[in-house]
Amino acid sequence: MAKTTTSPAPVRTEASEAGALVARRRRRYSLLTRRDKLLIAVMVGVPLTLDLLLIWGPTFASVAFSFTNWDGIGAITGKNFVGFKNYQFMFTGYTLFWPAFSHNLIWLAWLTLIATPVGMLFAVLLDRELGGLTIYKSVFFLPVVLPLVVVGFIWELQYSPTDGFINNAFGVVKSGHLIDWLGDPHLNLFAVLVAASWRHIGYIMILYLAGLKSVDLSLREAARVDGATEVQTFFSVVLPVMAPINVIIVVVTAIEAARAFDIPFIINQGKNGLELLSILITNNSVSEAGLVGFGSAIAVILLLISLGPIVLFLSRVMRAPA
Amino acid sequence: MGDSRDANRVRNSLGLSFLGGELPLDLDLSRRDVLKIAGYGSLAAFIAACGGSTTTPGTASTGGKLALGSYLSDAAPKKGLQAVVDAFSAANGGTKVKVNTVDHGTFQNQINTYLQGTPDDAFTWFSGHRMRFFADKGLAAPIDDVWDAVKSNYTEGFAASVKGNDGHVYAVPTDYYPWAVFYRKDVFAAHNYQIPTNWDAFKALCDQMKKDGITPIAFADKDGWPAMGTFDIINLRLNGYDFHTELCVGKQKWTDPRVAKVFQKWSEITPYYSQAFAGLTWQEAAQQLLHKKAGMYVLGLFVSEQFVQGGSTTDLDQLDFFPFPDMGTAYDAEKALDAPIDVYMMAKKSPTLSADSGQAKAFLEFMAKGSSQVTFWKSAPGAIPTATDADQSQYPALTKKAAQIVANAKRITQFFDRDSRPDFSGPNSMQGFLLKYLGNPKQDTSSLQGQMQAFWDALPPET
Repeated sequence: MAKTTTSPAPVRTEASEAGALVARRRRRYSLLTRRDKLLIAVMVGVPLTLDLLLIWGPTFASVAFSFTNWDGIGAITGKNFVGFKNYQFMFTGYTLFWPAFSHNLIWLAWLTLIATPVGMLFAVLLDRELGGLTIYKSVFFLPVVLPLVVVGFIWELQYSPTDGFINNAFGVVKSGHLIDWLGDPHLNLFAVLVAASWRHIGYIMILYLAGLKSVDLSLREAARVDGATEVQTFFSVVLPVMAPINVIIVVVTAIEAARAFDIPFIINQGKNGLELLSILITNNSVSEAGLVGFGSAIAVILLLISLGPIVLFLSRVMRAPA
Repeated sequence: MGDSRDANRVRNSLGLSFLGGELPLDLDLSRRDVLKIAGYGSLAAFIAACGGSTTTPGTASTGGKLALGSYLSDAAPKKGLQAVVDAFSAANGGTKVKVNTVDHGTFQNQINTYLQGTPDDAFTWFSGHRMRFFADKGLAAPIDDVWDAVKSNYTEGFAASVKGNDGHVYAVPTDYYPWAVFYRKDVFAAHNYQIPTNWDAFKALCDQMKKDGITPIAFADKDGWPAMGTFDIINLRLNGYDFHTELCVGKQKWTDPRVAKVFQKWSEITPYYSQAFAGLTWQEAAQQLLHKKAGMYVLGLFVSEQFVQGGSTTDLDQLDFFPFPDMGTAYDAEKALDAPIDVYMMAKKSPTLSADSGQAKAFLEFMAKGSSQVTFWKSAPGAIPTATDADQSQYPALTKKAAQIVANAKRITQFFDRDSRPDFSGPNSMQGFLLKYLGNPKQDTSSLQGQMQAFWDALPPET
């Protein structure tokens, strides 16, 4: 940044002395040849076009749709525009919006306070010379390789009230008072969060483990020489050094919470206590229902919420090289 | 999985048929009277329905190509369709039929995009409001000429079920099945239970079963749609066909006290339901009935699918059903029930339809033949053929009884999600509302009813 802002000044003073010279020097000193410029134009232009076309185009389209009552069939005409009606109904009349919103928040809190710390703990524990390290790593990482849809299906089988593993293994079926893990709206969100954590923990563990491996060993040795305990070393030396990774972990966790979708959708299409914003969007707009306008309005809200962690993430990534 | 949203995805295991030619299926909401016409399959109708091979009606053509979109993704019905397609191809001068099978739930969820994009020439779908919806949107091609060739093979009730709001015909009905109260004959015999014909007897039977250590009524609503079947039948018994169908299309209000009455009556039997029903699939509840843990089950005929697993029909032979009990209103006489009909339609926006139109029409005509429907039924015996000339001699007793209960009904509805708007029937609308009710059936439902009406009012106008 500093270079680009200061460099024009000297050029300008020289220019006042000998314009022709400057013109020649500008050409000669231009850092980029015509070929470079073409290359840059292509390399920036193509991704930018794709980005605009495939990401920002649909994003703005969603914003526009959110002011209509379009059902996804035929052209949108002036009659379809309903102003803020979708938003008004969403916030005041649609009884599922606030539950879904709070479920996303609970999801975020759970991942932040439980799943992510556990994943970090596993990473720290595995970041030592242990026998069978590869086996442990594989075991915890295995769920990450599975698609979320499969994770949902696996846990659905565990939780089923009569045929599921959990109720049978713990004698709940015999006792005659079934625990309805997936059907009780006070319980099912947490049952699903356990399933989501099963995968999330392994994901965070691998990310964090990679970061831990990059911490300079001499730092730890120095701490040990100074008489620091393991815990002190971690919190006072390793954690601060890991700052960039920590931010990524936080952002990944926030994004996971915002985009939570698959497991509840597999289990019961996200109803009866498993409503999430992403699921309301899908069920309203990408289904036979075809409430594209209303679904888009929910999508716009989710977009606004997601922008927070995304901006944080990008600003960190952009700064990383410096 | 979510793909079981529609009861109809399942067809298996049973034989059903209709006995006589009287089959009043009046589904046209604008009609009030059910017309019964015994269009008992004449040979003439049979020949007329034979698209292509013998007397090709003007529009049908032989040879060529045909693309068919199918939601029959389960193994058995898929095999059945292939058998019918092969027979069609052989009979129609070797028409090359490409069947594009899509997972049932996915097919339904993507129907909007599918029909607007590059759909196949013909496709599988449902009758009722769900068919008229796409006809109104100009996404289905009218098939009046096909219907003229095959209509003598159908009763008036079926004819009404495929007519669009504009009076044109948009589909050929091929099979149907009733909803009723299923039970095991051996369990009823062992405990000396009597078939309950009215509400009090029904509840008394439930009490007795509870004393005998049996779950009186198997119930499962993880998928969301099964509860609609019970809502439908109680509303039909208490408030009648006209009110129910008008409620489905928004001509009556959800805040109506008559709806509150449905919820009140319903709450009298919810204590007899399976434990943890909101976490059970209908297949799991059917297993409770199969294994004699539950006494009764209000479901469609497709429940029989769960009774033939392993290839043995011992359990299937014990399966029987009775109509939902009377509730002491004037509407008991309607003997109304849900009997969804499946159809084949033509997609107007198919890029190949202009070339394949003749073949598509020949195929629809072929599907209207009793012999084609029986071929399909052999693989998917939960689906009763609709054609009057279908050979019923091979149907087992349960099939015949299923056809009879439909024939006896004076009013027939499709099923909530086929009679109402698709955007009101989904997981985050009606399914969610009913689960909310079932979470606490004794609640004062006025606030819930208010939410239902508010949701309805927020839906865009159906044009």
